[in-house]
Amino acid sequence: MNRREALKSLSALIATGAVAASARASEMQGYPSNLAVADEFLPRPAMDGGKMHVLTDETALKTVTAVFDRLIPADDLGPSASEAGCIVFLDSQLADRFGQGAQLYREGPKLPGADELTQAPQFIATPRERYETGLKALEAYAQQTDGAAFADLQPDRQDEILQGMEEGSISLADDINTKAFFELMLQNVREGYFSDPIYGGNKDMVGWKLIGFPGARYDYRLYADRVGQKLDLESISLIPLD
Amino acid sequence: MANYKKISTRILVLGAVVIVAVGFWASRSSNTERNAVADDNVALADFRSTDIEAIQRGEYVMRTADCAACHTQGKNNMAGGYPLATPFGTLVSSNITPDRDTGIGQMTERDFFNAVRNGQGSKGFLYPAMPYTAYANLTDQDMHDLWAYMSTVTPVNHAIDENSAMAFPYNIRLAMLGWNMLFFDNKAFDGDADGADRGRYLVDAGGHCSVCHSPRNALGAEKSDHYLQGGQLGSWYAPDITSNPHVGIGDVSVEDLAEYLGTGTNGQATAAGPMAEAVEHSLQYMSEDDLMAIASYLKSVPASKTKAHTALDASLPSMKRGALAYEVNCAACHGVEGEGMGELAPALAGNHALQGEPNNAIRALMVGARAAATHTKLTGAGMPSFAWKMNDQQIKDVLDYVRNSWGNAAQPVTPEQIERIRVGMQARDKMIDGY
Amino acid sequence: MTTNSKADVIVVGLGWAGSLMAEELTRAGLNVVAIDRGPWIDTSTHTPPAVDPDELRWGIRKELFSPPKDNTLTFRNTLDQTAVPQRDFGIFELGGGVGGAGFHWAGMAWRFNPYDFEIRSKTIERYGIDRAEDGELQLQDWGITYDELEPFYDRWERIAGISGKAGNLNGEKIEGGNVLEGPRSRDYPTPPLKTLRSMEVFNEATERMGYHPFTIPVANISQAYVNPLGVSMGACSYCGFCLGFGCGNFSKSSPQACIFPALMRRSNFRLLTESCVTRVNKAPDGQTVTGVTYVDAHGKEHVQEGDIVCITAFQIDSTRLMLLSGIGQPYDPRDQSGVVGRNFSFQTVSGVDMWIEGEQMNPFIGAGGLGSQIDDFNADNFDHSDLDFLHGAGMLTLARDGMPISKANKLPQGSPRWGSGFKQAYKDHYQTYTTIFNQGSSMPIKHGYLDLDPNYKDKFGQPLLRLTYDYSQSDRNMAKFTMDRSIEIAKEMGAQHITPFNFADKPFTTSIIASDHVIGGTPMGADPRTSVVNPYLQSWDCHNLFICSASVFPMNSGYNPTETVGALAIRTAQAIHQQYIQNPGALVKV
Repeated sequence: MNRREALKSLSALIATGAVAASARASEMQGYPSNLAVADEFLPRPAMDGGKMHVLTDETALKTVTAVFDRLIPADDLGPSASEAGCIVFLDSQLADRFGQGAQLYREGPKLPGADELTQAPQFIATPRERYETGLKALEAYAQQTDGAAFADLQPDRQDEILQGMEEGSISLADDINTKAFFELMLQNVREGYFSDPIYGGNKDMVGWKLIGFPGARYDYRLYADRVGQKLDLESISLIPLD
Repeated sequence: MANYKKISTRILVLGAVVIVAVGFWASRSSNTERNAVADDNVALADFRSTDIEAIQRGEYVMRTADCAACHTQGKNNMAGGYPLATPFGTLVSSNITPDRDTGIGQMTERDFFNAVRNGQGSKGFLYPAMPYTAYANLTDQDMHDLWAYMSTVTPVNHAIDENSAMAFPYNIRLAMLGWNMLFFDNKAFDGDADGADRGRYLVDAGGHCSVCHSPRNALGAEKSDHYLQGGQLGSWYAPDITSNPHVGIGDVSVEDLAEYLGTGTNGQATAAGPMAEAVEHSLQYMSEDDLMAIASYLKSVPASKTKAHTALDASLPSMKRGALAYEVNCAACHGVEGEGMGELAPALAGNHALQGEPNNAIRALMVGARAAATHTKLTGAGMPSFAWKMNDQQIKDVLDYVRNSWGNAAQPVTPEQIERIRVGMQARDKMIDGY
Repeated sequence: MTTNSKADVIVVGLGWAGSLMAEELTRAGLNVVAIDRGPWIDTSTHTPPAVDPDELRWGIRKELFSPPKDNTLTFRNTLDQTAVPQRDFGIFELGGGVGGAGFHWAGMAWRFNPYDFEIRSKTIERYGIDRAEDGELQLQDWGITYDELEPFYDRWERIAGISGKAGNLNGEKIEGGNVLEGPRSRDYPTPPLKTLRSMEVFNEATERMGYHPFTIPVANISQAYVNPLGVSMGACSYCGFCLGFGCGNFSKSSPQACIFPALMRRSNFRLLTESCVTRVNKAPDGQTVTGVTYVDAHGKEHVQEGDIVCITAFQIDSTRLMLLSGIGQPYDPRDQSGVVGRNFSFQTVSGVDMWIEGEQMNPFIGAGGLGSQIDDFNADNFDHSDLDFLHGAGMLTLARDGMPISKANKLPQGSPRWGSGFKQAYKDHYQTYTTIFNQGSSMPIKHGYLDLDPNYKDKFGQPLLRLTYDYSQSDRNMAKFTMDRSIEIAKEMGAQHITPFNFADKPFTTSIIASDHVIGGTPMGADPRTSVVNPYLQSWDCHNLFICSASVFPMNSGYNPTETVGALAIRTAQAIHQQYIQNPGALVKV
């Protein structure tokens, strides 16, 4: 029996007695007494281990890495998206509720003209499915126009294609809203670069340090009176490592 | 409520140890002569007091003794059924309504006195979960009044098998005789319960404060020379409430102490855990005068010998880490200078209980804590848990910081103290601890 | 199907309106059961300071909201179009748990202007009937006046602990407050929050221009406070995580922070969570309702009977529940007959984004509602005789815009959106950005309404609600007018880069979030031909049915709606226990 197990066996001696009213009971009277943070409200950090859970196709992984590193490249101001962990972030998000489209209303049909009416395109496909088809189509496009993998093109050429996607002058495929796919990738890479490091990106808080965002703080009363002054506050993660 | 009732657990555990003592017979501990003042003819089920004033006084005695805390489970007043989990099995509180078959309806007033003041019930010896060790001090008048009140309780047919879930040999009530012989100080209160000694009476009789707030020896008896100097109570620690100015209440005014007792908080200290239950069920019903009497008496209790510490140096790296963690996690409620937040969150600066035994602070960080909710201060705010966010070292840093800042000074917390509570409370580990 | 024991009052939805009503009614001794489709959520167990400051989760993924998967509607601009569902998060920011949207709201705490309640009468009085009846607008009075509602505004502000400074105390104008507000009987219970940098710049500029800036009254309260229910609140710590977030330190007014500690401990109150009311049940004679049917978390259907039913759900849900229950005649836009679904209104928003070089806004320091505003172009505070619109907008600047993901879109025109140029631009402008947001009023129109969609269904197989709406010409003109004023102010503020925006220069859409303040569908009023509920929010059709929700607003003002919902809820609850209980029947005779 190691020390921890020994302590666990002791735990019976000081375990709480009566069972507290469950906060998830459907009928409630009185105030719940269990004060532990509810499991479903604990953060869901990126899955560790460094292996991809959704972006398992090697070509797709290379393509999206190339795209992300053009959207946020390495330069004097800091590391690239992938260096900051944005691919780990994306993979983790695609494996999570976001990628599953768990929050979306996905009942059909999608009527022609729907996107014009709503002015912002909406999809029945999940973000995970959109990445799958989008990355495949982007790779096919590169092979067709340049005879090479997108990831192997010169940065200028990659930028040219991305700009075409952004402006809508390039269509990757008939059944893909190219412009919207570009916006999805741009949104996600920004999310990775500027969200809390627990989600896999923004490694060492490089995104926050770039703009001077102090992170997961909860009290600025010590600083609020220093109106208009540079504060240089240390950026802090939701779950600091030490 | 659970933990407060677990006062009993500790006594019970050690009470059972002395099972060997069975074999002795007549002793001072079993003497019930002074209960002869009570009637021995009329059973509770056949009696209903009409003395309104006695009934009201009796209800007050019931509040000061906090009977309902253990004997009321759910909506039926005094009908028992509250399970007390112990390592030796589960003990269930009795039905003390006047029901003839399942309650105490067949008890006479004298039987009632014998049970409450001497731990001798209708089914044999009571387990010391019932604090008759303190109730022995209750005056005849208070007992008569309590009896009058009990006669007005609605009978509830609710059969309780108190000790069937106790493992052998702890299910043998006679074992408690031996415990009584060793530890039960069977004598009447020795002062003026309604006058000069009112505070001491309330503390030592109905209030049964020392049951939690005094440390115990290896056999579970209170150490009389450490009276009210603090004791472990299940997963909580009942702090030193002697006049010690560092870790006790010596530095708190009588008024502030009374406010704390009567409402759950005085802005500086906030009752949580078992003390919140004591305030909610018992203390908040007490009169201003009685609360002041309790506070005055506690201030007169000789100080424990615990000395003031020297504060840790604020320039230590661990103190700096603690300061940042405090600013990020704690300041929003406990104040940028540890000043607390009104009635909602206690001040940490100048908080004496915080500077003593760190058990409760660690426990609160691990699994959270709920403040008392009383009629006058009803918010009962929650302290969130941090087990998922902080490892033991981070908890040590922040606790060392708050225990050694703003004029506070305390011993550094040890990693062992923290780990013991993390494991004991079955709190989760930190979610991400190094990638 | 099981039937629960009968309650005196059933409250459908435990947001601000539901908890205020339940508090009043349980205090009056009635047995109340509240039914909420969301789970229990609370400050320290769900959104403590250690969970809350997470933009991705709460600000971007919106995990506190009820998702479109569970609750959405379909939308079209005109009657001849086929409506399409809102599939992703849009303008409907419904609460995901108990507390409703009152748990994740930003915290601007406004009273409406006296003009709003009598918009039809006062418009006719000042500008003539042609302006009120231009063929498109459908203006109607509320059936109560500001003065009648004032004591309940006051009560709500006390319960919520609102921080602000009075500008009109019983008619006396007070410098520093909003001198253009309706007269109030008392000052706010807590003083205003600090004036942060973007507010300073806005205040100085608008003062120079002769306007009347003031600090927005907020539910992010400035000091520890104990409300009249005995509930303690904390002091705002300027963390900035408010809109879309919970509040970890009890300083943002919400049902959780202000009411639950009192309400939940009352023995005559019961709460059913994760239970979705699907219809209100009518008595056979159709004159009253008998209770509600709801579906629990396991998909099981139950009936809860009650003597009184209060629908206190979000605006679209309150309207939909009336339509699904077949209570009241549905509105028909072709001849304006019927009432249920009538007078959908929104918020007509324009403004400017601006960047002032060299500034250090420290935008991460702030609070959900914190900012400065001028009301010089709001309500009827200025002469509309020669203008081509009615009403106006609260023009405000905000101190809460430090979220690094969402702010990445706020760069001066011409800045790259990606690449090294983006990184440089974001680094340069994160600290210099500020905004003027014109929170414009929204006038009801004949063709703006809600009904049941013929094609799309929800998870219970019930039809989704369908919204048909587009901005009126009056509102479009107003948005353009206030946008031009905000450009002038931005220049005066010294902005080098100014990007005007106007959501009303395009058709209305539910997908682009100009605002989340949706209004109407079950309007209140003194005339049963144009309203669903009377001035006590009592159904004209079933006298033991009350609706308290923004769905009862007959129009929307240039302010946030929460406080008016709260004031109406308190007034209705008091009418129930002071009048209705004694003599059940219509509280207003026609």
